[in-house]
Amino acid sequence: MSSREGKPGFLILEDGNFFEGTLLGDGGTLGEVVFNTAMTGYQEAVTDPSYAGQIITFTYPMVGNYGVSAEAMESGRAHAVGVVMREAVDRADAADAEMGWLEWLEQHGVSALTGVNTRVLVRHVREFGAMRGGIFPSEVEREEALEVVRSSPGMEGRDLASSVGPAEPIELEGDGAHVVALDTGIKSSIVSQLADRGCRLSLLPPGSPASAVVERDPDLVFLANGPGDPAAVEQVVGTVRDLVGKFPVVGICLGHQLLCRAVGLETFKLRYGHRGSNHPVKDLETGVIEITSQNHGFAVCAPDGSRTIDEDRPVSWDTAYGPAVLSHVNLYDRTIEGLRLPEARAMTVQHHPEAGPGPHDARHLFDRFLELAA
Amino acid sequence: MPRRDDLKKILLVGSGPIVIGQAAEFDYSGAQACKVLLEEGYEVILVNSNPATIMTDPEFATRTYVEPLVPASVRAIIEKERPDAMLPTLGGQTALNLAMDLTDDGTLEEFGVELIGANREAIMRAEDRELFRQTMADADIRIPWSITVESPAAALEALDAGEASLPAIVRPGFTMGGQGGGIAHTREELEEVVAKGIAASPIGQVLVEESVIGWGEFELELMRDRNDNVVVICSIENLDPMGVHTGDSITIAPSQSLTDEIYQKLRDVALRVIRAVGVETGGSNVQFAVDPETGEIAVIEMNPRVSRSSALASKATGFPIAKMAAKLAVGYALEEIPNDITRATPASFEPTIDYVVTKIPRFAFEKFPGADQTLSTYMQSVGEIMAIGRTFRQSFAKGLESRELDREVEVPGDDSVLLEQVETPTADRIDLVMAGFARGITVDEMASRTEINPWFLNELRELALEGDGAGDAERIYASVDTCAAEFEAKTPYFYSSREAGGSLPADEIDRGERESVVILGAGPNRIGQGIEFDYCCVHAAMTVREAGLDAVMVNCNPETVSTDYDTSNRLYFEPLSLEHVLSVCERESPVGVIVQFGGQTPLKLAEGLLENGVPILGTPYEAIERAEDRGKFGELTARLGIRHPAYGSAMSADEAIEVAGEVGFPLLVRPSFVLGGRAMEICYSREDLVRYLELNVKASPEHPLLIDRFLENAIEVDVDALSDGEATRLGGVMQHVEEAGVHSGDSACVLPPMSIGEEMMGEIEAATAAIAEELGVIGLINIQYAIADGELFVIEANPRASRTVPFVSKATGVPLAKLATRLMLGGRVDELDLPAPNGGHVSVKEAVLPFSRFSGADSLLGPEMKSTGEVIGIGPDFPTAFGKAQKAAGAGLPSEGTVFISVTDTDKPAATQLAARFHDLGFDVVATEGTAKAISGMGIPVETIRKLGAGSPNVVDLIEEERCALVINTPTGSGARTDGYEIRSASIRRGIPCVTTMTGASAAVRAISAEREGSGEVCSLQELHAA
Repeated sequence: MSSREGKPGFLILEDGNFFEGTLLGDGGTLGEVVFNTAMTGYQEAVTDPSYAGQIITFTYPMVGNYGVSAEAMESGRAHAVGVVMREAVDRADAADAEMGWLEWLEQHGVSALTGVNTRVLVRHVREFGAMRGGIFPSEVEREEALEVVRSSPGMEGRDLASSVGPAEPIELEGDGAHVVALDTGIKSSIVSQLADRGCRLSLLPPGSPASAVVERDPDLVFLANGPGDPAAVEQVVGTVRDLVGKFPVVGICLGHQLLCRAVGLETFKLRYGHRGSNHPVKDLETGVIEITSQNHGFAVCAPDGSRTIDEDRPVSWDTAYGPAVLSHVNLYDRTIEGLRLPEARAMTVQHHPEAGPGPHDARHLFDRFLELAA
Repeated sequence: MPRRDDLKKILLVGSGPIVIGQAAEFDYSGAQACKVLLEEGYEVILVNSNPATIMTDPEFATRTYVEPLVPASVRAIIEKERPDAMLPTLGGQTALNLAMDLTDDGTLEEFGVELIGANREAIMRAEDRELFRQTMADADIRIPWSITVESPAAALEALDAGEASLPAIVRPGFTMGGQGGGIAHTREELEEVVAKGIAASPIGQVLVEESVIGWGEFELELMRDRNDNVVVICSIENLDPMGVHTGDSITIAPSQSLTDEIYQKLRDVALRVIRAVGVETGGSNVQFAVDPETGEIAVIEMNPRVSRSSALASKATGFPIAKMAAKLAVGYALEEIPNDITRATPASFEPTIDYVVTKIPRFAFEKFPGADQTLSTYMQSVGEIMAIGRTFRQSFAKGLESRELDREVEVPGDDSVLLEQVETPTADRIDLVMAGFARGITVDEMASRTEINPWFLNELRELALEGDGAGDAERIYASVDTCAAEFEAKTPYFYSSREAGGSLPADEIDRGERESVVILGAGPNRIGQGIEFDYCCVHAAMTVREAGLDAVMVNCNPETVSTDYDTSNRLYFEPLSLEHVLSVCERESPVGVIVQFGGQTPLKLAEGLLENGVPILGTPYEAIERAEDRGKFGELTARLGIRHPAYGSAMSADEAIEVAGEVGFPLLVRPSFVLGGRAMEICYSREDLVRYLELNVKASPEHPLLIDRFLENAIEVDVDALSDGEATRLGGVMQHVEEAGVHSGDSACVLPPMSIGEEMMGEIEAATAAIAEELGVIGLINIQYAIADGELFVIEANPRASRTVPFVSKATGVPLAKLATRLMLGGRVDELDLPAPNGGHVSVKEAVLPFSRFSGADSLLGPEMKSTGEVIGIGPDFPTAFGKAQKAAGAGLPSEGTVFISVTDTDKPAATQLAARFHDLGFDVVATEGTAKAISGMGIPVETIRKLGAGSPNVVDLIEEERCALVINTPTGSGARTDGYEIRSASIRRGIPCVTTMTGASAAVRAISAEREGSGEVCSLQELHAA
């Protein structure tokens, strides 16, 4: 932290463990404490709607190095409620910066705790799971803070997706395929990947009925990323169920989970989730391994309830919509990373092929998505 | 695709002697590869001429050949061993060039040897400048404009035609570390630098390219497997902008100033580069320039092999690139190999780190008076350090501390002078920048002068003004785990950090119950303290582990095997400062600390450790002090009845002149407590001494000056011995090939000695035992003797591991450092089962000198050490071994042609005999007037050539036109730029072997005749020491 003064503060977890640091802002922020292992892309992360209701711990210790810019916004505002850092850097003078990171956090009402031994925090979360926590100034008694944290809602069973999408449909012009998205918090990078491919886009409020999609006669239905527990948005799952098989459907992240739920697969909460830019994902049909951008706390189970897949081939499962072929698997923990339903003309991936932030290895998947629209 | 079962025997090629641009990192990578291939069940045939490497320890390969890394030798090995494959990507540029030569001359095809890890086409596409340019153009990848030329005239033509512009960068083809390249700002400079580059390039070709000076410089380290999966292991950002060779730049990992957007663009381009070049499997490195204004990206170069940067990336991330490269080369895919550190996740991922890594190069300009100290596009640093910290400032502060500078950087008092100085990149620039900030100079001002990215300057300014920001936070140890703690890892690889508090324990050291021994490493490689000491430290770790104790390593040199986390039970990557070492000892409570293997670095800490109650293993510290203190050592030798040259010491310049009168000229003068003869000189007269005192050293009571009588025409002998304080055994007795006066590190030496009688050997053995036991040595002692007129004089004794320990171990098959460690752990000399000396072969060590790297420096050997590395030559007799050593050192002796001889008057009788032998061997002899007269007086045909300044053609023209194959030139004393200086400089420029002592010359002529008769047989260490 260079120029902006802070005051002593701490992060406390629902299990009572606390971490001291310097607080920027007023504190009193509550959220699910998660960690992100990417070494760049802090602004993209904080503005990614999937982080709604979460406090992001950055494992890379220097955060803010190159300032913030309009291009790095993944949505119109910050969605994460707090950030925990080892060392915040405020550098408004960086080459592409429009503002310093700390000033930006302040303007966007994001609590920031810096000077924290984030490595200890990450090791704890890795072991005991993502959990509720809060950022407080040191004046607040720890006992008191703990009470507040324990009385806050957890992530499981929580519908956050409905609150981050648009209230009214948004129409974006294009000469190509008409993509209609149920916008549970779509990232700008996804929009630009589709727009770059000429798509005409309709972003509908997540609670829109299937008829709102059908009446637009889409070439492709897109299920977006978004925050919260997929099991808590059954209404959207119901909508998806009405659309699968009738239109080609693709999904990313939460969208992948929603489609999987729609065709009868269950989801579960990962202990600490996948958040970073270095996860190897294998395309089981081509054998290619891609380094992917990830941000999810829940994942999809196989039909038999198993959470990991040992087989290294595109196994096929029966669903009411025809076979679901396992297309991608995460090589870190062998969780499901993607499915293809050839008969229903649907495909989904758990990771973020649009990157923003992260490597571009999987961007070609957008071409595959659009082949379904043809 | 799993392990290839069709291969049984794999030839691995090392990188040879330590030279600037190719150093210990290739021992680290090669040793890892050897281990992996043996573990995989392959027979490993290793070739490397560098005895001071761990990889050439016999247990690291099935057969180890310490032979010159030249096509003929490697061909002989291939012919004998018939390997199925050759892996050339782990031995630096040397191995790659050899692979190309052996492909081009048909050897590999003839013997059915498959090149694995890289193929000829890929090597060519990366290494041949023109092909690389074409390959990048085809792949639509932006590189700076460039033209390939084979003459200075062609470069000037291109300039006139507008195909080139100034400033321009000149890079010779097929050289490592950018040797022979440079920056040209003017037409004249262009002509000069192109000429120099063409001379340095083995293919006589240079690339002249667009200067992107001032752009940010970045590197990505990548790995690719057979299935075309590519991962980025590490990104590196150079603090010094483009224009300074990356080996000479301060570099930071991961990149700090790049946005995700630009970083991912670099990553995309890097993946396209590795695919376009077509590197089959293994590690590669891509260098980029990024325009800070526009974000424009240009690719500068790519290395299709494991490099210095990949060693750094391995240490920086914990991802062992060389080990993985070896596995990929024998058929594995990345996803089939577990991540070495997490064990649970595969290697097909990209490491993410939660700390900042700083690399700072270590220079040796003080060793080369007269050399231009400007950093440029060719590498001049001799070593480096790495530091790990949780924040940039913590990391950088540790890095500055790790350098162990020998001298304070002179900071000009005047701001405007300082600012002018920082405009030029030099070894001292970073210290000047820090001093400037401490003094209140602004970031903007500094940025405009240095072109260093303001991101770094802001951090440096804060470091200079406020310190590393840790305040009074607790010191803890965190581990390096490749994954920023996302997965559990039990890597025993730690760094310290100062962290804020909380409810959970932060320290990650799980020390266990076993007793530990702390081994202090040697810090950055430098001239005088190189890989030899790391070799000893690694052996100490192995022995401590064999003894059932935990070996704990403390070191900060990323190039080394000692800082491989596999070497010890726990590795602390920390500066070798008292504070950091004490902190480690506090955590470890070791049974003791080993300080005698890491050169001067740990010895400097010994006293402080003792004062803090940390036990030192082996030779007590008092013994070290006693040996260093001339007075105390003099008393000791006097009591033992061992002669030594007259000596004295002086606390001031005046006293020095007085003492010199008593000791008598010629004398040897140097500061106390130095390694590698820093600032050591022979003075023949009072005037010489006065000049020395003015130029070099401020003698003081804390740092007295040592003055010794110099014995002229003496034979110098180096002895390494083992002692437990009561019994002593000789490890090796080496006779120097050069006369006394040339630093032992720079002198070729032969083992066993050639001209020392049995009686004298007995005397040496007795004196060694007496000194070792009187000092109370437990472990190793190195003693230097001089034999003058049949009498033995002791010159100095060092009760610690010496530079020659690895050489002796390779020559005799006796692992001295391991045995010394056993003694330190309580073993007795009698229990060591030392084999009887093997008399069947002769080993010669030759030094490798870096003069060609330093434009303007005299290439004269003297009492100050200047070599960066060494090679070994083993043969049935001295001339054969000497010839091999010369060949391995890169100064292969000619078999025919013209020899030029110019010697001092005292050497003229010997020169006459020499000329006769060359004549008999069919050489033409050319000499300057005086020498020629002496030679023709004996009836030997000789051509007289003009001295320098006596018109053309003169001797320098002869050399420049490459009309002679060997130069023999003994010096007439140093000082002004003499003819000798010009002659030696020209020889170095033209790559013509230049011998500067008569004994060296006589060895050379015998070696040439031995080569003629030689069988060219090769013999592995395993066969040699089988008896």
